[in-house]
Amino acid sequence: MRSDKSLLWFDSVKVSFGDVDALDGICFNVREGETRIVMGAAGSGKTVMLKTAMGLNRASAGKVTLLGEDITHKPENDLFAIRSKVGMLFQESALFDSMTIAQNVAYPLLNQQGERMPREKMEEAVRDSLRFVELEHTMLKYPSELSGGMRRRVAIARAVVTKPALLLYDSPTAGLDPITAHTIMALIVKERDVDNTTALVVTHRYQDGNLVANFRYNSSSGRLDPCADAAENTIFMVLKEGRLVFEGKQSELEASKDSYISKFVKRPEKSGI
Amino acid sequence: MLDFLKGPLEAIQDFYLLAGRALRNIARKPHYTDDIKIQMDSIGVGSIPIVLLTGFFSGAVMALQMGRALQQYGQTGRTGTVVSIILVRELGPVLTSLMVAGRNASGIASELGSMKVTEQIDAMRALGTDPEQKLVTPRMIATAVMLPCLTVIDDFVGMLGGWLIGKLVYDLDWLQYWSQAWRALDWTDVIQGLLKPFVFSFVVSLIGCFYGLKASGGTQGVGKATTQAMVAASVTILILNLFMGLIFVKYTGN
Repeated sequence: MRSDKSLLWFDSVKVSFGDVDALDGICFNVREGETRIVMGAAGSGKTVMLKTAMGLNRASAGKVTLLGEDITHKPENDLFAIRSKVGMLFQESALFDSMTIAQNVAYPLLNQQGERMPREKMEEAVRDSLRFVELEHTMLKYPSELSGGMRRRVAIARAVVTKPALLLYDSPTAGLDPITAHTIMALIVKERDVDNTTALVVTHRYQDGNLVANFRYNSSSGRLDPCADAAENTIFMVLKEGRLVFEGKQSELEASKDSYISKFVKRPEKSGI
Repeated sequence: MLDFLKGPLEAIQDFYLLAGRALRNIARKPHYTDDIKIQMDSIGVGSIPIVLLTGFFSGAVMALQMGRALQQYGQTGRTGTVVSIILVRELGPVLTSLMVAGRNASGIASELGSMKVTEQIDAMRALGTDPEQKLVTPRMIATAVMLPCLTVIDDFVGMLGGWLIGKLVYDLDWLQYWSQAWRALDWTDVIQGLLKPFVFSFVVSLIGCFYGLKASGGTQGVGKATTQAMVAASVTILILNLFMGLIFVKYTGN
């Protein structure tokens, strides 16, 4: 499944806001089929990194290549077409609160530049996407009527409705209770295994990464089953004050003696999922 | 030494750049016609009650005071002339624009500001749409179409208010009032009366959008953006009104 095709490549990327360097000399390459778990303390540059990957923040030095195109200095107008091929889940969901859930999910299909798909197909895609997150019954509701966890699931539906090649999740489990957080992570694993998407998941919870690395979605039972293969394609990254201090597999992360890195590692609980 | 000028100058530059892009977007695809219609309804139709009220009472109070002043010269019959000229040239465009600025420049700023601080603007960009094309241009077009229409309504209702006071307080003949009001108006007055709200419409919509998109720092930032938008739009309208009035007086003699 994993190929050598690069979907996102950061080459010595630096992002500065005034005198502060939010990211400094970040280098990594996301290949097709990989899932990358990005961990780090608050303010270590995780969100800035995702936004820079989409061109929402600009790199002040280095080069960002997204889906084979150098986006570092591309004008904003030329970026919309590339961005529409990437799905992004924002930290606070960022649903449009003046629109219904169905309109929110249909938004990328309705408003993207270029060819628009026929109405019936669009309705079907929206329904499929909401069924994927098991929220088909909320189509006519407004975001304010849903709970935080449900809003995040709708945001996942909106991110995956265009079947993007690459998905960026910004703290999908932040501020959620353990049960809801598990539901969200299970959806991310399901999306990876059903649509074979490549993903970058920002999180500060080790168990999120552990779930992605050790479980696989079983489409017949609808549950997550333990699976050792997933670890091959799951790469952990740890950020510290804007620098990438670790990149590697789960076993390497757990073996790390670095005091900062080992703080993120919690012994995995293999049972009870 | 001139560092204190840097902030305001940068803001003015950003405003002109936003205005330029919003205008350029009119010719660029995709066109969000549904959004234009929604905004026309919200900015135009939604403002009718407030415009009716301001128009009626400003026309009425003007007729009351003008009638008294003209009474001293035995010219109460000319109340219609004075009311219609002042309404069409000055008060109609300015009052309507100020009311719409109060209602919509602040409304736009708070709506866009809330979207900005809750990452909805970033989400829009991430989902492949240009927020300026989706949010700014439709509001600009809708205001440019609706503000002149609202001004016409305001002018007419103002004259109606003037006539009612003329009738009740000064016992004016209705035919005299309306024929005076009609004959007083020149084409240049009508052009001036429609050009002003057209120009002010850009002030209302673009200043609202500018402060909204610039908002930062949570709910407090949204509140600040709303106030700034309303104050900036109102002051700009009053300043522009004087300059446009001067130009019309110089070149048309009216």
